[in-house]
Amino acid sequence: MARSDKKALSVLTSGFMKENPVLKLVLGTCPTLAVTTMARNGIGMGIAATFVLLGSNIVISLIRKIVPDKVRIPVFITVIAGFTTIADMLLHAFLPDVYKELGIYIPLIVVNCIIFARAEMFASKNGVGMSILDALGMGAGFTIALLLMGSVREILGAGTWMGIPVTKNLVDPAVIMILPPGGFLAFGFIVAAIQKLSVLKVRNKEIAGGCDMNCAGCAAAVDGGDKQ
Amino acid sequence: MREIILIAIAAIFVENFVLSKFLGICPFLGVSKKTSTAVGMGGAIIFVITLSSAITWFIYEYMLKPNDLTYLRTIAFILVIAALVQLVETVMKKFMPPLYRALGIYLPLITTNCAVLGAALLIIEREYTFLKAVVFGFASAVGFTLALVLFSGVRERIETNDIPPAFRGLPITLIAAALVSVAFFGFQGLFGI
Repeated sequence: MARSDKKALSVLTSGFMKENPVLKLVLGTCPTLAVTTMARNGIGMGIAATFVLLGSNIVISLIRKIVPDKVRIPVFITVIAGFTTIADMLLHAFLPDVYKELGIYIPLIVVNCIIFARAEMFASKNGVGMSILDALGMGAGFTIALLLMGSVREILGAGTWMGIPVTKNLVDPAVIMILPPGGFLAFGFIVAAIQKLSVLKVRNKEIAGGCDMNCAGCAAAVDGGDKQ
Repeated sequence: MREIILIAIAAIFVENFVLSKFLGICPFLGVSKKTSTAVGMGGAIIFVITLSSAITWFIYEYMLKPNDLTYLRTIAFILVIAALVQLVETVMKKFMPPLYRALGIYLPLITTNCAVLGAALLIIEREYTFLKAVVFGFASAVGFTLALVLFSGVRERIETNDIPPAFRGLPITLIAAALVSVAFFGFQGLFGI
């Protein structure tokens, strides 16, 4: 029992830092760069994506034994798109401000590689309980990364944090940080800091190759699924 | 006519998909290591986005809108795009083998590219007419290719440089992307767009 508890805990917490989907696996970079002009937007996007991830992980792990292997990719995409639509409508109804700020990046959750990767790599192979923990862990990791990016960019670029003035009256904010180039810049420096702190320095090369590997992985899965 | 030219120029330079809208970052970072692969990917993207912009426009205007089903746009579009990419691949393989050999391996990558869905969503959000939609789709894809090819040149230079260990790999690539993005930011204000 203790052993299974430990495993459950590691499934939950691995997404926070060790396998952080954005900072370590370099998945879902588009929303990470696009919506993090403010810390608040980062949280909004993180929660929306976590909701979709949770829903799709639960449904996919429930239907994993019914769905034939050959059509699993279209089925997964449809499930994810369904939950994305729900998230889109809920945000539109209850948080119109956030909805307006996030714009087209909410429907774009459907092509977020994190969600597809978890469906393919985790939910389609594990039970409902574990899939829920995995979704919560990965969703939290995504939210943490977005909050970090949003905080750095908002403090440096606007001098505020969550709308509260921080350095606004002391120094002139560097506006470039909330403009598109600042997204790349902040992300680059954050990843560099993590590589520096990381004990796994030898894995630098792998991290660098992470994006195309994962994208290619996603695409290969899509390709394979459709062709069969 | 003037309006259409403005849409095209704005889509290529001012609202560049990669550098100012952050759509399609994965292929941007993934396949920009060599100029030749960047050109191949760009070609495939131009082909698919132009086609998908036209098809999703028809689906939205003539199927979803009259039946009051606009909330289904995300599901409808992603399935159409996935099917379209597959169809394009099959047709190309059969009728245009040289083109298929050049672009083939990049085609499956495109389904998971948010630029394709992003273009379709932006078109309906801005309520473009059919012609504008196609021009916007084509120009956005050209802008994507331009960014990809320019950036691949930058990356080929980075490869040979001596970079601090912590910045090796992804971080230096992102910082280089920031600099290219700053350059494109200079187009803001062009023609008062």
